[in-house]
Amino acid sequence: MSQAFRTEAGGLVDRGRALAFLFDGREYEGHPGDTLASALLANGVHRVSSGIRTGRPRGIFAAGVEEPNALVQIEEPFPEPMLTATTVELYDGLVARGLRGRGRLAADPDPGRYDGMYAHCDVLVIGAGPAGLAAAAVAASSGARVVVVDDQIRAGGSLLGTGEHLDWVDRVAAELAAAPEVRLLTRTTAVGYYDDNYVVAVQRRPGLPEHRARERVWRIRARRVVLATGAHERSVAFAGNDRPGVMLAGSARTYVNRYGVLPGRRAVVLTGNDSAHDAARDLAAAGVEIAAIADLRDGWAITGVAGTERVEAVTLRTPDGIERRLEADLLLVSGGWNPVGALYSQAGGRLVHDPGLAAFRPDGNCRQALEVAGAAAGSYTLGVCLAEGAAAGRRAAEAAGLEAGAIVLPEVSDPEGRPPLAVWTLPGGDPATAFVDLQRDVTVADLTRATGTGMRSAEHVKRYTTAGTAHDQGKTSGALTSGVIAELLGVEVGALGVTTFRPPFTPVSFAALAGRNRGMRFDPVRVTALHAWHEANGARFENVGQWKRPWYYPREGEDMAAAVLRECWAAREGVAMMDASTLGKIDVRGPDAAVFLDRLYTNMISTLAPGAIRYGVMCRPDGMVFDDGTVIRLAEDRFLVTTTTGNAAAVLDWMEEWLQTEWPELRVHCTSVTEQWATVALVGPDSRRVLATLAPALDVSRAGFPFMTWRDAEVAGRTARVCRISFSGELAYEINVSWWDAVALWEALLAAGAPFGITPYGTETMHVLRAEKGYPIIGQDTDGTVTPHDLGLGWAVSRKKADFIGRRSFSRTDTARPDRKQLVGLLPDAGSLLPEGSHLLTGPDETAALGHVTSSYHSAALGRTFALALVRGGRDLIGQTLWATLDDGVTPVTVTGSVLYDPEGTRRDG
Amino acid sequence: MMLIPCPWCGPRDESEFHYGGQAGVAYPADPDALSDEEWARYLFFRDNPKGPFRERWSHSAGCRRWFSLVRDTVTNEVLR
Ligand SMILES: [Zn+2]
Repeated sequence: MSQAFRTEAGGLVDRGRALAFLFDGREYEGHPGDTLASALLANGVHRVSSGIRTGRPRGIFAAGVEEPNALVQIEEPFPEPMLTATTVELYDGLVARGLRGRGRLAADPDPGRYDGMYAHCDVLVIGAGPAGLAAAAVAASSGARVVVVDDQIRAGGSLLGTGEHLDWVDRVAAELAAAPEVRLLTRTTAVGYYDDNYVVAVQRRPGLPEHRARERVWRIRARRVVLATGAHERSVAFAGNDRPGVMLAGSARTYVNRYGVLPGRRAVVLTGNDSAHDAARDLAAAGVEIAAIADLRDGWAITGVAGTERVEAVTLRTPDGIERRLEADLLLVSGGWNPVGALYSQAGGRLVHDPGLAAFRPDGNCRQALEVAGAAAGSYTLGVCLAEGAAAGRRAAEAAGLEAGAIVLPEVSDPEGRPPLAVWTLPGGDPATAFVDLQRDVTVADLTRATGTGMRSAEHVKRYTTAGTAHDQGKTSGALTSGVIAELLGVEVGALGVTTFRPPFTPVSFAALAGRNRGMRFDPVRVTALHAWHEANGARFENVGQWKRPWYYPREGEDMAAAVLRECWAAREGVAMMDASTLGKIDVRGPDAAVFLDRLYTNMISTLAPGAIRYGVMCRPDGMVFDDGTVIRLAEDRFLVTTTTGNAAAVLDWMEEWLQTEWPELRVHCTSVTEQWATVALVGPDSRRVLATLAPALDVSRAGFPFMTWRDAEVAGRTARVCRISFSGELAYEINVSWWDAVALWEALLAAGAPFGITPYGTETMHVLRAEKGYPIIGQDTDGTVTPHDLGLGWAVSRKKADFIGRRSFSRTDTARPDRKQLVGLLPDAGSLLPEGSHLLTGPDETAALGHVTSSYHSAALGRTFALALVRGGRDLIGQTLWATLDDGVTPVTVTGSVLYDPEGTRRDG
Repeated sequence: MMLIPCPWCGPRDESEFHYGGQAGVAYPADPDALSDEEWARYLFFRDNPKGPFRERWSHSAGCRRWFSLVRDTVTNEVLR
């Protein structure tokens, strides 16, 4: 029978429309306005899942985000794991199943779109229940910019569950929605409260076409926040309190009033406070038979719960000590109400125990510009909630310098009530079935074991038992856990405290957090002016920082090794060219530029003549190499320095930091010109002839254009700056032109070089060529613990300068010791290619490593494999054998100097 | 997400800034006059107080200026 537990009338669901859904393989129907949980209950389905550790049947326990039990996996339309049935809005075609613990992620990429939004406001109201609506209405009357967020599909909060004053709710909500300075966001959960009133909320937007965002993450900066987050009911620990059919009394009331659903036919009510009496009254009016109300304040006790898949009977002991077994399919429980203090706690506020409330509530002393109103502050009667909300809204408007008007609040008379009982555990039965945290299956027995080991802190017990660590973050169990521990230890629960709440308040999908920053939008991709040519000519690319750089250019039938050998050969024996535009370039100018660079580099820069170039090393104050590159002196007061591709921004930051914080008196300006200059490296014995063809006015002779100098010239009809720099040991030039002229230069070089077999090469070949010469790559052959001397670059460290960054550290005992790791070459005896990162041992059976392989390649020029490595005292081991680790054993290698090719430097000048 | 008062741009989101650690640790005027231990103190030792802490920030995604402020490390409040 369809929806046998739906009431004849009433509730806020649209009975005119039916929604078909599938749960655990069976077909059901519900209505718009239902959650999956209310629709299941309407069809008499209570058991939804199983305990993660115990496997015990578990049902629907609550009606909102606090639900610990009813975990489901959504299968269609798109797989989503570990949602709670009480927070899944029902839609047509939903396919779900109950879940024991973890679910499964989708194998396919999520086709949905997600987005981020930013908002600033005078007043942010979190929660659109009676207190929040009153606060928002008053604040809005002042003309303040107001944002209201609420996690339900409509405003009303607790009034949706009690069915009271809905006309007032609808009127205020409509007014707020229409007000120009107000944004009312339903289906939006505030999940994080960060410094300076920065609140993150997630908005669900079901039912939209696929091109519109399914979820939005709102990042809201508020001048003032009103927390009107309400209260969550909590359970009591007694044997069998986890059976399907055991439900929080207030939640049962919500199912009846809001959804028109009877959670059962015959109920026993177990409570220590007044609210469950109201719930019993509403259930009875809707047709649920109330078998008994056992008020613990009057001396009632519970001694047994029968039934496994569903509650079948409850045994109570009356105040006069008589045991009575009552047939029932529903056991409504109320152990009291906890103000929802998670956001308050995240904001830096403290939750204090209030004995009158028998609960923890905000202490009202948070440093952030917020206040708490209504049940979230521990005020549980409607009139007080409305009044507190209105007052909070008025103060928030005043804080923004605005004056609030009067609003109409519903007429209510708060009843006189009896104080609640602070009740945590009920005696009797097996403590291993008296559950405290239903989602983590933590029982009174577990807590007893924890305190028995000597633990005295709620935080320790939490970590030992996992209580409160599930994705519900212990919304229904946190205070209960503390209460039980306090009982076990014989201390006041207020002295024990509750564990800390951390964001997010409810689980957030990674897709929502990522928003549009996925795929191509995850990080910017930087390409050079020649990128299209590289792509058209079959380059394989590698990522260097954000740059796409050509890695190698395979020809038909070539693998990477073959292509790189061919490219290397061309550079060593003919002519080759590479797009070097990604090198960082910084223009340094000002009267003190030379002084500045003298302090920054280990080398002497000020003696460099205009027209000349010097290789330079930069260290941090600790003496460790930070970056290297060339320094070109353009004029007395102007330099162009190059940095490694990945370090360009860091070097510019480094320069700015020293200029601003240590040497503000230096008159120097630094400007990035990386993307103003395109750079092509022209390399090989024939490079001079190719350049001469394209720059007929330039004297390219050995004497006329010596190594480490630069010339402004016209190359291929374009204005160019040509530097005689070599990163390969071969005769080579770096030709710099405007970014716009890069393609013209490149194609002219290809044409002029064609008779010499000019060959484009990529970064892999560049690495092989430089490694054959022992030139280190900062960040590959170094790791922040390597000095210039360790790299064999002691010649680049000035002994004449009074000071430079890092100098003092070179005389520290640690940097001066002889057994530091030093850069050396390795020749594998068996000719194998060593894995980079391979450890180097003194013998095949040794385990202590002397160092590791930092670079490893096939060399065309050497006709064999080789490697660079950092080895402890490595320069003293030259000629000796070490053992390199492989996946399946070790292999012998011979240690050499780091310069393996042309150590005399005979090829540099062609 | 702290709101950090850049002296040039006004209050901006923390994500626009880079942190620079303890303020007022000057580069020694004469490094050679320091013992190894004193030099190591300059290089490696920084305060880590619970409470007010004078520290450096750089508005790296804004005006790119360095400045100092005092922050309470417990509450993240900017005190001055
Ligand atoms: Zn700024």
